[in-house]
Amino acid sequence: MATMPDVRKDGFRLSMLLYDTRYRSITLQVIFLVLFAAAAWWLIHNTVENLKALGKDFSFGFLTVRSGYDINQRLIEYSSDSPHWRAFLVGLLNTLLLAALSCVTATVVGVLAGVLRLSKNWLVARLMTVYVETFRNIPLLIWILLIFAIMTESMPAPNAFRGENPASSMLLFDSIAVTNRGVYVPEPLFTRSLGNLDLGVFLVSWDLLVIIAVLLACVLANRALRKNAETVQNATGVRPVTWWKSLLIFLVPLAALKFALGFHLGLPELKGFNFAGGTHLRNSLIAMWFALTVYTGAFIAETVRAGILAISRGQSEAAAALGLRPGRIMSLVILPQALRVIIPPMISQYLNITKNTSLALAVGYMDIRSTLGGITINQTGRELEGMLLMMLTYLVISLVISMAMNLYNSSVKLKER
Amino acid sequence: MAVTFVRKEMLPQQPPPSSQVGPVRWVRENLLSSPLNIFLTLAAIYVIYVIIDHVGPWLMNSVWNAGSLAECRQILAGESGACFAVINDRWRQLLYGFYPSDMYWRPNLAMVLLLVAVAPVLFDKLPRKMIWFSAVYPFIAFWLLWGGSLWLPLAVIAGFAIGYAVFRGLSPMTNGALAVIAGALAALIWWFVAAAAVSDVLQSVIPLGIAAVPSREFGGFMLSIIIGVTGIALSLPLGIMLALGRKSDMPLIKMICVGFIEFIRGVPLITLLFTASLLLNYFLPPGTNFDIILRVIIMVTLFAAAYMAEVIRGGLAALPRGQYEAADALGLDYWKAQRLIIMPQALKISIPGIVNTFIGLFKDTTLVVFIGLLDPIGLSNAIRADSNWNGIYWELFIFIGACFFIFCFGMSRYSMYLERRLKTDHR
Amino acid sequence: MSELALDHEIDRSKMTVSNEVAIQIARMNKWYGQFHVLRDIDMTVHRGERIVICGPSGSGKSTLIRCINRLEEHQSGQIVVDGTELTSDLKNIDKVRSEVGMVFQHFNLFPHLTILENCTLAPIWVRKVPKKEAEETAMHFLRKVKIPEQAHKYPGQLSGGQQQRVAIARSLCMKPRIMLFDEPTSALDPEMIKEVLDTMIELAEEGMTMLCVTHEMGFAQAVANRVIFMDQGQIVEQNEPKEFFNNPQSDRTKLFLSQILGH
Repeated sequence: MATMPDVRKDGFRLSMLLYDTRYRSITLQVIFLVLFAAAAWWLIHNTVENLKALGKDFSFGFLTVRSGYDINQRLIEYSSDSPHWRAFLVGLLNTLLLAALSCVTATVVGVLAGVLRLSKNWLVARLMTVYVETFRNIPLLIWILLIFAIMTESMPAPNAFRGENPASSMLLFDSIAVTNRGVYVPEPLFTRSLGNLDLGVFLVSWDLLVIIAVLLACVLANRALRKNAETVQNATGVRPVTWWKSLLIFLVPLAALKFALGFHLGLPELKGFNFAGGTHLRNSLIAMWFALTVYTGAFIAETVRAGILAISRGQSEAAAALGLRPGRIMSLVILPQALRVIIPPMISQYLNITKNTSLALAVGYMDIRSTLGGITINQTGRELEGMLLMMLTYLVISLVISMAMNLYNSSVKLKER
Repeated sequence: MAVTFVRKEMLPQQPPPSSQVGPVRWVRENLLSSPLNIFLTLAAIYVIYVIIDHVGPWLMNSVWNAGSLAECRQILAGESGACFAVINDRWRQLLYGFYPSDMYWRPNLAMVLLLVAVAPVLFDKLPRKMIWFSAVYPFIAFWLLWGGSLWLPLAVIAGFAIGYAVFRGLSPMTNGALAVIAGALAALIWWFVAAAAVSDVLQSVIPLGIAAVPSREFGGFMLSIIIGVTGIALSLPLGIMLALGRKSDMPLIKMICVGFIEFIRGVPLITLLFTASLLLNYFLPPGTNFDIILRVIIMVTLFAAAYMAEVIRGGLAALPRGQYEAADALGLDYWKAQRLIIMPQALKISIPGIVNTFIGLFKDTTLVVFIGLLDPIGLSNAIRADSNWNGIYWELFIFIGACFFIFCFGMSRYSMYLERRLKTDHR
Repeated sequence: MSELALDHEIDRSKMTVSNEVAIQIARMNKWYGQFHVLRDIDMTVHRGERIVICGPSGSGKSTLIRCINRLEEHQSGQIVVDGTELTSDLKNIDKVRSEVGMVFQHFNLFPHLTILENCTLAPIWVRKVPKKEAEETAMHFLRKVKIPEQAHKYPGQLSGGQQQRVAIARSLCMKPRIMLFDEPTSALDPEMIKEVLDTMIELAEEGMTMLCVTHEMGFAQAVANRVIFMDQGQIVEQNEPKEFFNNPQSDRTKLFLSQILGH
């Protein structure tokens, strides 16, 4: 039926590059790419010229040169004779250690504060509001410096612990000493140690690996137990009591392991002018750890509070009306929904913690910023390469964390429908 | 038995039993409702007691008038007490750094004008014309703070005028995006090639200006505010562009925008600041060496822009698709639709997020101490280096912290108020 | 059968169909991914026609009229609107969009602009009409849809029916030669449907070329000169309203009519 009116059909015109939706986006992208490439070329050209003028080249060869400086906190073997890449590795491990410790404690503090802020107890809720608002609204750097100052200025010197009637005493059954030179805590020792595993780059204690493996096995066994309980519940309607079995699953292997490895604690002891034995946590680590914990904890508290508030009261009322007990309401109805809201912002707080460890410079904690980005750059004059490597390292850590977040998000989304 | 019942007399309202009213009930319900609650109350009271016991006497005994820490200690005579005399002695430095004291009126005036400039953005009841003042404000502020020739900021403004003229001239003839690019290029050429020379010539012909203040004399909260406010203001347009780029269906543009945003968000601000202080000179033509504050502002702007882009992307995502379709159906092109329909709404939704970004950035300005700028923390180190005040920590930190707290807490309340208002807004 | 209560007899003096072709669609196909939404659509609309398109949900009727101002892109075939073929040429798209008005199911008014600003926005920025003139035109059309007194309110302060009438006025301000209606009444409360339909009837009485996707069969009977029934992405039947309702030919049409009319 349709007789088409004549529509002119001509070939390609130049104006179509811009006014034809088929070519327009390509044209614009080409223009953009040209501009971008020009800008990039300009920057690189300048850099090359500047390097030439300074008589420098661009190479990462400095990494294998002897570093010549000491690092006071090292998780792996390192001395001033070690090369720069090893200093970088020590710094990286220190960064990761600080980040990991802070993430754990900030989560604990944050969840506690967030839940308590919603408490019916007026006094506690107000106290937590004051905590959250105070710590959120004052820069992290001030907290770091303040806590560092408290540690170095207000804590007793080691010699205050000496004598018949010491001015200070150790905490927790003489196991922890808080001094102005740092905190001394008991260290784990093994009389029947399994030795170390040489990974080529550094050594890993077999004891640690075995403990992790056993714990992992316990978790898996516990999961199987719960799964089994669920099967029984589905079949018979009665859920078997599992808590004492879970307890056994965890306690028995760990007790056996303690005996097998001859695990005991080495307590710090005052010897001469200082403490010996135990693990020495430097003030820099304590200040960073504590400040990151309380500062990020305040943010996590807000996240947790918002997440719980996001679950409407109707949900818990509906569950209660169905006759579920408070514990079950929490675990079956509230938490699964709240976690979905809480975990993504929580992970971005972990990301913030990791990036904020770079403030360690303020108190002389030897993280990558201080080793690779500080002393190494100063000694070798390789600003460009050093900064580049450091930024890439941070970027990789961040990307790994956000990848974990995306994985979580997509797994939650799948369950939604 | 009769089931009928007729009430003869209505019951008057009676007060509830005394256990249900008044402070007794409040205490019972809010503090002592269960064993756990009693424990929590006791714990809270203990915490408050410990804090007051430690800090109370120290604060109560504070000394406000003394010339040095030693003098403070003499006045206290062995008792514990704060020595706020240092604040009394040095507050000007903490606020203004080493800015010449006879010119304090300049940053003060800039601050007052800032409030005037920000007002039309924050309160939509004010006349729209005021937005023009907001647009010119950065140049006024720059000139007030750094001083020097008035012609330089005027020459920079002329760049915008030239860019806009080129855009207007071209836009009837060609496509919108091309006209924008051409306008931007014209402005850039003016700024990089002609602006400085023209302003120098004009200055030599008709000298107009006030005493110049070099950047190294800037410091204290003044510096924090300059960096924070400039960073946010400049990052807004950049953030909008990045957010639009990230939403674009052109893969190349999208890729570059995503790459930029994720890179900036993935590295700590400190590394960017060190880039500003150590590396920026590598990337620029040999021989360029410009002001450290300007370099920091460039890096802070790039940093804030990435976060801003994510905030604005959230605002864009909150807009229903119908808005885009209605704009299309009316025949508005991409840029007109963005400018007239999409951005006004998306930005309004984003304001709380923008304010929060600003709070974060303002707190982060303390990091400039690491590259040797005298922000409040840097000044506290400088004050401590003075033999009079050697060894003073808490008082300075408390003062600086309190200033930050007042500012950030105020802003966060404002952003919460906005969020509530947005929720109830007629839309 | 749902009857449309008319306030007055419909004035058919201007409702004339000319020979001039307004829209020509030939062998048009469209896919969403693998899904074939529109299949071999052939359709000619003459100036002055009032066409009602109906059909079950998912039959492609909304997609069809959204293709006419290229809110959706078709993949094969031709669409010629007012002598302008819709291709990937942006200039043609802009031209067609400024000639064709569209009214949406959810109104899509701009919530940050007043009613008057909603109406003057496109004339000022697309047609480059002076502001004063645009405002006069806007007030003229607002009076026509009977809400001039709301001109300075915001969309959120109006009822759904009022908002939809503003949306119609907004389209009319561009002086379109063709109006498209995408289920204009289905998001409205029952008591507001009539005020919108009255506005549409008035528009028809003035001789506007209209394409309406709607389930208001009373409206179709009163105003339309042609009813098109679509199912599974194709035109199944089209006829004059009287014939269409009284004497449907295809089984699908019969089933559809019995479902929407038979309660």
